[in-house]
Amino acid sequence: MWRYMMRRCSSSTSARKLGLWWDRVGPATKDPITGVTESFLADSSPNKINLGVGAYRDDEGRPVVLRCVREAEARIAGSEFLESVSAAVSSKFVEESVKLVYGNDSDVVKEGRVAGVQALSGTGACRLFAEFQRHFHPDSRIYLPDPTWSNHRNIWKDAQVPERTFHYYDPDSKGLNFSALIDDVKNAPDGSFFLLHPCAHNPTGVDPTEEQWREISYQFKVKNHFPFFDMAYQGFASGNLDKDARAIRIFLKDDHLVGCAQSFAKNMGLYGHRVGCLSILCADSNQVGSIRSQLQRIARAMYSSPPVHGVLLVSTILSDPYLKSLWIEEVKTMANRIRRMRTTLQDSLERLDPPLNWEHITNQVGMFCFSGLTPDQVDRLAREFHIYMTRDGRISMAGVTTGNVSYLANAIHETTRYDQEDKILCNV
Amino acid sequence: MDSDSVFASVVRAPEDPILGVTVAYNKDTSPNKLNLGVGAYRTEEGKPLVLKVVQKAEQYLVNDQSQIKEYLPIVGLADFNKLSAKLIFGADSPAIQQNRVTTVQCLSGTGSLRVGAEFLARHYHQLTIYIPSPTWGNHPKIFNLAGLSVKTYRYYDPSTRGLNFQGLLEDLGAAPSGAIVLLHACAHNPTGVDPTLEQWEQIRQLMRSKRLLPFFDSAYQGFASGNLDADAQPVRTFVADGGECLAAQSYAKNMGLYGERVGALSIVCKTQDVASRVESQLKLVIRPMYSNPPIHGASIVATILKDSNMYNEWTVELKAMADRIISMRQQLYDALSAKGTPGDWSHIIKQIGMFTFTGLNSEQVAFMTKEYHIYMTSDGRISMAGLSSKTVPHLTDAIHAAVTRFG
Repeated sequence: MWRYMMRRCSSSTSARKLGLWWDRVGPATKDPITGVTESFLADSSPNKINLGVGAYRDDEGRPVVLRCVREAEARIAGSEFLESVSAAVSSKFVEESVKLVYGNDSDVVKEGRVAGVQALSGTGACRLFAEFQRHFHPDSRIYLPDPTWSNHRNIWKDAQVPERTFHYYDPDSKGLNFSALIDDVKNAPDGSFFLLHPCAHNPTGVDPTEEQWREISYQFKVKNHFPFFDMAYQGFASGNLDKDARAIRIFLKDDHLVGCAQSFAKNMGLYGHRVGCLSILCADSNQVGSIRSQLQRIARAMYSSPPVHGVLLVSTILSDPYLKSLWIEEVKTMANRIRRMRTTLQDSLERLDPPLNWEHITNQVGMFCFSGLTPDQVDRLAREFHIYMTRDGRISMAGVTTGNVSYLANAIHETTRYDQEDKILCNV
Repeated sequence: MDSDSVFASVVRAPEDPILGVTVAYNKDTSPNKLNLGVGAYRTEEGKPLVLKVVQKAEQYLVNDQSQIKEYLPIVGLADFNKLSAKLIFGADSPAIQQNRVTTVQCLSGTGSLRVGAEFLARHYHQLTIYIPSPTWGNHPKIFNLAGLSVKTYRYYDPSTRGLNFQGLLEDLGAAPSGAIVLLHACAHNPTGVDPTLEQWEQIRQLMRSKRLLPFFDSAYQGFASGNLDADAQPVRTFVADGGECLAAQSYAKNMGLYGERVGALSIVCKTQDVASRVESQLKLVIRPMYSNPPIHGASIVATILKDSNMYNEWTVELKAMADRIISMRQQLYDALSAKGTPGDWSHIIKQIGMFTFTGLNSEQVAFMTKEYHIYMTSDGRISMAGLSSKTVPHLTDAIHAAVTRFG
């Protein structure tokens, strides 16, 4: 059992006297991602653009409720069973979810070797796994890619699993630092736990190629590492769900017993409903019940059970061939719009004859572009141009529209050209 | 191809004792089976109940095309938070008017307790929580996993089937200064035994004099007496004295929103500034747990609470549920008296809320399950909500048989 080390403050006596329990509580630092939206909301400029949170927007900059979701909502409204989903719905949800990542015809699903539970979207699935990992491998660590979604670090930290990082992003090429990644995989102690983004890496948008994934899988096999996939953007990378799951299926082919956190926040637009799935592959089907029971035990002490509404929606959509095909079409539409915005933004920048290379905008994949902007440039964009993004320069392409892309390109150009010129001057 | 799982050594976790009852019940094929396990409300026909006002609110949300599904803020839906605080503390609560209360949406009662406990484990100076003996089975697990050390204080007196008030005062009196104390706001689970208002006043005075920090679990507001304000009285008297406290609220039972996981954690602080800092720290607990809370249930609750007609409709439906439970208590008591079942059964009508602590022992309980297909937790707790006029005779027979056989 852990404790945060308490500062046995000598002022606690007087604090108690005045009943002032919380005087020592300092203000917490703002979350780097949600904090951006807060700043954006507080801005009154008509030109403001929110490129912070990875939530999809249409070309008018509006949030979208998918048609398949509206249809499913209408079908389930007023349903009698608000207490909990039936075991049937729950297993259907898990079955359909895991088929998405592992493949409709995958052996692991057919052989009943997937231990899956509903989770509170991607965050909740990662947290459940982290707690499970700590409980059964108390001396283990988690290897996180550098960089990764900022909340990954908080999740494993709160689960008390120490973190290590492995090389991932190469700031010079704005691509993957593959050789350093492989070195880190080889140098980690045998049987280490690694977190991998199977597609549309957050925040960089940089994904390994298929060949590179095969190599990674091979090295993992040699080292007996545990691969944990955080699948938050299936469908958003290429527009094709199966293609986006390729990395995981490569690992499956190599007989890895992987773990996977799935989120339906983005690809079904169910953000606020907190629907996700955590699955862990087992060597045989006997183990499935044990692992599920342990995961449910962890969940029971955290929130008892996950909310019904979201799982009903997902289960309804995935079990109905019409709704499922509608969904697949809508995911493609969203992914295509983002790809169009990438092209448009890059074109717009290149037309301004910039000193910098902007090819990474279309090389990178998924919701985000790791622009390469510095924290100072990010701050300037917010201050002068009312454009908001996280300070690591991550742009959510979903926030870019035909209407604001020129303004954005100009702003980025303005912010970066002089710094570059300064650099050139300094080098003289 | 020897892929040995790194989790090969994982053993099956024990079944949750409460949920396990329903699992066993579901497997039973007897037409007479009766589930008195989980505390979920059932109608006279033995069916789950979706409140009409909830259906109305949900339909309204479904039809509202402007409703989107974006992430809620980490602290949840703002309207929901404000309205929840008003519901438990009273709209005219000085603490609310002085902005000294921070309220965050959480996943029902469990989630609210866990977030509160995690916050305390990080920021409070006394990491021991005292829980009543007995209490809801999930309480110790929640607090242990959050990093608190769990102790108990005497609560239930088996000989009177009522409150062991002396024992309670002694144990809280002996607790170290500043210790956290879990209090069931009303309708104690599993015993149904609540302190009187006079006893609550004594508890409050003792706790304040010893600087014990109250952590209220309010899972049944409106279910105990049928009146939302009356059921919140103990909480309000604590807040009225100007002191600090935590309160976990659940809408699972009183709005029938069990599966949607709707709840709120409120922390009443001395000043607005402290409340604001506390809220910022609560966000750091929540973000790595599930990022932000689910939108559906909270939207339904907010829709109802902010519309005075819907609110009134809700109070009427809530009172009907509470009244039906009270009537079941009376019917069971009357039936046992009429049958001449040995023992004093008055606790059935003295206890309050969803549950009755029958006083039956595990042997008697096992007998009732085996011979009469009646399911309850092994501590003899029955959910009155699971009873109906039609099933009271069956239960009476079973209790009678169990008590005379194993008395």
